[in-house]
Amino acid sequence: MPNADLYDHGRAAGGWLVNKDVAVEVRNAVKAFGQGDSAVRALDDVSVDIRKGEFFTLLGPSGCGKTTLLRLIAGFETPTSGEILLDGKDITQDPPNRRPVNTVFQSYALFPHLTVAQNIGFGLEMQGRPKAEIAAVTANMLALVQLGPMAQRKTSQLSGGQQQRVALARALAPQPKVLLLDEPLSALDLKLRKEMQIELKRLQLETGITFVFVTHDQEEALTMSDRIGVMSAGKLQQIGTPREIYTSPLNRFVAAFIGETNFLSGKVEPGGVRLPSGDLVEASGTEGRSGQVTLAVRPEQVRLTRAGEPGALAATIANWVYFGTDTHCHVTLSDGTQVVARLQNPASGESGLERGKPVALRFAPGAAQVLGD
Amino acid sequence: MSANEDRQRAASTRTAWLLSAPALVVLILAASGPLLIVLVYSFLSPGDYTGVQRPFTLEAWQSILFTRDIFDGTLQLADAHLSIFWRSVKLSLLTTAITFAVGFPTAWFIATRPAKSRALWLFLITIPFWTNLLIRTVAINEVIRNEGVINTLLIRAGLIDQPLRIIYTDTAVLIGMAYVYLPLMVLPLFAAIDRFDMKLLEAGYDLYASRLQVLRRVILPLVKPGIVAGSILVFIPSLGAYVTPRVLGGGKNMMIGNFIELQFGQGRNWPLGAALSMTLLVIVTVALLVYVRAANRDRSHG
Repeated sequence: MPNADLYDHGRAAGGWLVNKDVAVEVRNAVKAFGQGDSAVRALDDVSVDIRKGEFFTLLGPSGCGKTTLLRLIAGFETPTSGEILLDGKDITQDPPNRRPVNTVFQSYALFPHLTVAQNIGFGLEMQGRPKAEIAAVTANMLALVQLGPMAQRKTSQLSGGQQQRVALARALAPQPKVLLLDEPLSALDLKLRKEMQIELKRLQLETGITFVFVTHDQEEALTMSDRIGVMSAGKLQQIGTPREIYTSPLNRFVAAFIGETNFLSGKVEPGGVRLPSGDLVEASGTEGRSGQVTLAVRPEQVRLTRAGEPGALAATIANWVYFGTDTHCHVTLSDGTQVVARLQNPASGESGLERGKPVALRFAPGAAQVLGD
Repeated sequence: MSANEDRQRAASTRTAWLLSAPALVVLILAASGPLLIVLVYSFLSPGDYTGVQRPFTLEAWQSILFTRDIFDGTLQLADAHLSIFWRSVKLSLLTTAITFAVGFPTAWFIATRPAKSRALWLFLITIPFWTNLLIRTVAINEVIRNEGVINTLLIRAGLIDQPLRIIYTDTAVLIGMAYVYLPLMVLPLFAAIDRFDMKLLEAGYDLYASRLQVLRRVILPLVKPGIVAGSILVFIPSLGAYVTPRVLGGGKNMMIGNFIELQFGQGRNWPLGAALSMTLLVIVTVALLVYVRAANRDRSHG
């Protein structure tokens, strides 16, 4: 943390010296479950700044610690060590009911004994707001999630998508500083999920509330987020905009988890990376590296050309899969490495692909990247 | 409609009656029949030594609330009878309240155990049922009597000089009934809490509810069916309790059950016993109606 000194200084001065743009700050959070040697670190020294008003997504496979991090921010778990700050205030020890943070649960967790309107008004009621205000805010929320006619229904009478909206409205009604969403779309079918993605983004823009969204669906993360934190094995692997994460993955995990990637091993040499086939490939990220490295190339950055073209990698077509908009063509390099090329399908005519046909590969400029460890 | 269909329908009706015949016979012979006999007995006069004889009279019903003065024959309110009714209702309500206060945390504890150990805990709760009620009650007697376990320990510890007088008081009856009927409260509560989605607790805390508010606004409304069932299961047998007040309450702290037994035994007043039994039935019915209606009204108002 580069500005740790600043914080320490601020604390000594009796106040916090805080970046005003940061909503949630997680500092060196560790969460261990279990005791002693059998303890499992669900979170291993995670630090992240979540900015005000942004749609921040925690992305990772199940068991990577993303939900644990969310529960730490919500207050359902306390970190084994580390701190959590909200608007610069340390809330690490505050119980969930004292944190101006609300959660949309994966299972929605709507109160089955209350109506839709009562569910939405619950948070405000517990805060002791006046009745008139509760009624007004509830009506606003019902309109915001387009559930006005359902106000007096019991939640069990609603469809999955409607329950999802109630859960959203209920969490938004007390106007939390941060809204936490724990894989809220995973129970919906594909069509509804697409609709809700757009709906969520709209709600986030309309309310201006900071959203922290947990998902294992990379496409969801790429389309909705302002920034993504990719998690694996209890650690944040990379934080960046969807474009940064996709185009410049920091390590093999990120490259493999987000989208499809070809991995090629090779040796760093002046001017690029030498593959086992003997070809020299231009690559970014070679500065300061030497010896064996891994190159990542996205399939859509691989071009097929005529065999024997100078400077291109010799390969043969092994197989291809037709996807409608494009064709995934599997080719084998002379050293046996498999590479996938994503080819745009021509508007008409044949693709000209043939099993065993010798071709040549070219990577788009800047496409080949050396990955960190 | 064709004749064929008619015949088929008649046949299926016959089958339905035949199939329900055993249940109907049991209902008539075991439930309605005896109840009817009791009702008839309550309008007859006491027999010379035992049983009943004619003429029909309202004397028994009258003597539930009134006693006839031996000298001038005027009717007076029977204070003793009223105090027995009152004690029965009071002790039963208190028993229900105590079993709930003890049973709710117990049921919650069991419901939140891992699935494997839950069976063991439920098993432990039901073990007392294996022992005869009389034995269990005598065991309580052994614990609370003047020379019993509690008093001996307290005196040895130097906390008291004189033994606490618990035995043969209403408190003793209360302790005994709460102990005996606790499982009847715990089991339905457990069933209700087991169905409760624990995620709702987090949802409640997340929405600014304190622990108490979560209990009042989320947990209690949702486990109410269990509370209603448990309360009914405890209140009804408490009201008619016989063994516990007899063993722990002594002769003086009678409840309705003991009073009824007295009429059929030493009292040799079967009509009064029958009238008292019917009265108990009415009290239970009215109490249930009031209780269930109140519980439902709460629900509809959220």
